[in-house]
Amino acid sequence: MELKSKIPAGPLADKWDNHRFDMKLVNPANKRKFTVIMVGSGLAGGSAAATMSELGYNVKCFCYQDSPRRAHSIAAQGGINAAKNYKNDGDSVRRLFYDTIKGGDFRAREGNVYRLAQISRNIIDQCVAQGVPFAREYGGLLDNRSFGGAQVSRTFYARGQTGQQLLLGAYQALEKEIAKGGVTMYPRTEMLDLVIVDGQARGIVVRDHVSGRIEAHLADAVILGTGGYGNVFYLSTNAQGSNGSAIWKAYRRGAAFANPCFTQIHPTCIPVAGDYQSKLTLMSESLRNDGRVWVPKKSGDERAPEAIPEEERDYYLERKYPSFGNLSPRDIASRAAKEVCDEGRGVGPGGRGVFLDFGAAIKRLGKEKIAERYGNLFEMYDRITDEDPYETPMRIYPAVHYTMGGLWVDYNLMSTIPGLHVIGEANFSDHGANRLGASALMQGLADGYFVVPLTIGDYLAQAKLPPVDENTPEVREAVAVASGRVKRLLGVNGTRTVASFHRELGKIMWEFCGMARNAEGLKEALVRIPALREQFWRDVRVPGSGDDFNQNLDQAGRVADFMELAELMCLDALHREESCGGHFRTEHETPDGEALRDDEHFAYVAAWEYKGDGKAPVLNKEQLQYENVKLATRSYK
Amino acid sequence: MRLTLQVWRQPGPASAGEFVRYDAPDITEHMSFLEMLDVVNDRLIREGKEPIAFDHDCREGICGACGMMINGVAHGPSKGTATCQLHMRSFSDGDEIWIEPWRATAFPVVRDLVVNRSALDRIIASGGFISAPTGAAQDGNAIPIAKQDADESMDAAACIGCGACVAACPNGSASLFTGAKITHLGLLPQGQPERYRRALKMVAQMDLEHFGSCTLFGECQEACPKDISIDVISRMNRDFLVAAVKEREERSVAGAG
Ligand SMILES: Cc1cc2nc3c(=O)[nH]c(=O)nc-3n(C[C@H](O)[C@H](O)[C@H](O)COP(=O)(O)OP(=O)(O)OC[C@H]3O[C@@H](n4cnc5c(N)ncnc54)[C@H](O)[C@@H]3O)c2cc1C
Ligand code: FES
Repeated sequence: MELKSKIPAGPLADKWDNHRFDMKLVNPANKRKFTVIMVGSGLAGGSAAATMSELGYNVKCFCYQDSPRRAHSIAAQGGINAAKNYKNDGDSVRRLFYDTIKGGDFRAREGNVYRLAQISRNIIDQCVAQGVPFAREYGGLLDNRSFGGAQVSRTFYARGQTGQQLLLGAYQALEKEIAKGGVTMYPRTEMLDLVIVDGQARGIVVRDHVSGRIEAHLADAVILGTGGYGNVFYLSTNAQGSNGSAIWKAYRRGAAFANPCFTQIHPTCIPVAGDYQSKLTLMSESLRNDGRVWVPKKSGDERAPEAIPEEERDYYLERKYPSFGNLSPRDIASRAAKEVCDEGRGVGPGGRGVFLDFGAAIKRLGKEKIAERYGNLFEMYDRITDEDPYETPMRIYPAVHYTMGGLWVDYNLMSTIPGLHVIGEANFSDHGANRLGASALMQGLADGYFVVPLTIGDYLAQAKLPPVDENTPEVREAVAVASGRVKRLLGVNGTRTVASFHRELGKIMWEFCGMARNAEGLKEALVRIPALREQFWRDVRVPGSGDDFNQNLDQAGRVADFMELAELMCLDALHREESCGGHFRTEHETPDGEALRDDEHFAYVAAWEYKGDGKAPVLNKEQLQYENVKLATRSYK
Repeated sequence: MRLTLQVWRQPGPASAGEFVRYDAPDITEHMSFLEMLDVVNDRLIREGKEPIAFDHDCREGICGACGMMINGVAHGPSKGTATCQLHMRSFSDGDEIWIEPWRATAFPVVRDLVVNRSALDRIIASGGFISAPTGAAQDGNAIPIAKQDADESMDAAACIGCGACVAACPNGSASLFTGAKITHLGLLPQGQPERYRRALKMVAQMDLEHFGSCTLFGECQEACPKDISIDVISRMNRDFLVAAVKEREERSVAGAG
């Protein structure tokens, strides 16, 4: 398979501008004649659906929740980056570009990231115009905070609910277009397969959660904005329904899957409390603006935090990374937490936790200021743990949070299947091997508001699109495959619940493909996962029928897909014989325990190609070209 | 702790429902309410029975998917807390807990504790937005907004659209929900051009969807997991009134011409 990234020629700063000029346009009167399927209504999908409809396209938008407003993006807390330089602290498009490339440990494309940094400024303007109530200063101007991996203050926020407010902005724009008739919304509808006719993406097969009906929807192009696949680990900060099924099905139909092993483990989450636990709750990175991370210097120190004097505390991030300190990037902060816990210095039940302490900040700024900044997060913490963070330090531990990997896309955000575009967390595009905080919202909205609505036109203007309908053989085949699978899931009628399989898969992934990986462990996982998958298909019990609302059936399908995806992740992790960003191979570290990249052999995107069940997938490489930045060892010291 | 649950089971919209009793013997106080239901469901599945259906997604109190009447109270006994954030430490060993779906004409039951809340989406579609097509925006700092206005707007914007206000209201009114959006947008300078039109349209849609009328009982604000104040309803009523007067004036001017 040939991977053509289609990065426009010319100077970095002019690429997007030139490209916009070079792209073919669809005549306004013709736009209504095109139908585009948008799967997903999160920041990426919601903003894209609304914008395409504003442009005149017919849009069909799908989500599995009962309302588009509930997409997982709603849960983002901390903020969204933009190179506005309102603080006059030296920020610029170039700096945001550089920070993102460096934060991603030099595994992202220059062209894409530069465009992202350019567009970041329009996003803030767009959201303000829609009425997103960003935090303001007393003078009435927009406020900023700092996030990890940056030394400038460029993060815009709406209390601890930035994702909610941005998504409501996109959702309201989407509802406006639904009312106008430009978008037809299909909530409680889940994509089960992709329809390809003559090599082009022409539709999807879905299951209506309420009626149980499985049917095809057809269009001239398909866009996936279905979010990340972090739930392959069972426990993560993602919403319960977040899944990898849509992109996995596209992969099985020929779309290359890029860097599947690049996952982000977020350093500040509430630690696991018990077996019954269904999810992990994030405590926003913004807390690291004012909270100090520490553990006792002595291992096995079980005193209450208040009883441990200053000189017996190890503020290990400040010690190891003096210039970024508590605001070191996520992969680094997570690994550092794991390290101190492995040394027996972890706190709380099971020793899997570190303190995030606001004592000093409360003394310096007063309780009221801290409450204004983080009130809802403190409350959330208190509610879950029954401990008051104003009085005693929080206990936090890393948890799976985000997936940098995803379907491979070119500069136009089109996958290797013509007509199939992928946006938001579902693609692999902009974050390399590690995403910086507050950059996912930025990317989702850049893709949705400003990139795909234009690039889709370029595709539609040139594509040859013969008519298709329910009777086209490829359509019937896809519907039959999806229906057959649902029947098969219901027919196993074994003894174990879907959740028990999911939990077991998650444990394997966390142990062998989590914060630290090595060849031995990954090989072990590659034996265990297929065995578990085989057991799943033999012994899973999915109650109920396929003819009505059946949450277990929906979940069973997602878990079955995770069982396959997990294997590809381990395979990718095994092949990448280097450490970079969130991918840390214990065989490849510097003497002081930092990630050891191998640019000579691995400065490429690993794009995997499906070859059939039971056959090994094929690795394709997109070599990364760096013309504007110098590949350097990432240092936050 | 050991609990007894009385759960509303209803196979589909057209079928009759009933309370069914379940034993929940192995519950710990650290579980969330939904994790407690997970444990019950896990057992039901292993026993070959149908698990209890309930909506949920984020499980951190922000998506608004979850929601049920717990002992007759929307989202249960903790104030300002969505069902997914309610923890079992709010209950005691031996408690009997009655669990029902939202009850409102505008929210038909889909299955068990799952209801159809699409009426709320249609209220937003009728006017709960600022028309700002992508690309037309000026610089974000070109419109200074007093911090207090931004903060108050944010208080109202915090609504998660769960529908607890409707379920708690004796009349089944959606005024807290609608008022919250009208307040969020109406407090901002960007929201002014469409302010009155928005109030007219949204209130009209609310009526169309068979929500009851508001008689200011105040149950909604008690049930709201985001503590949204009923002041937003006064604001909605004010905007609606002004809008109605304006509309009449416009009509009479047009008529005179
Ligand atoms: C707790 C938390 C906090 C975060 N905080 C921040 C932050 O402060 N700043 C930041 O930049 N990023 C943050 N992130 C990351 C960020 O929220 C996500 O990466 C981003 O919102 C993803 O947006 P999306 O539109 O790509 O996907 P999502 O918002 O995940 O939307 C996916 C959509 O696809 C639909 N869908 C999925 N599968 C199917 C299917 N099979 N069929 C039909 N529909 C489907 C869903 O219904 C949904 O509408 C946070 C993430 C988490 C978990
Ligand atoms: S599950 Fe999202 S608010 Fe409860």
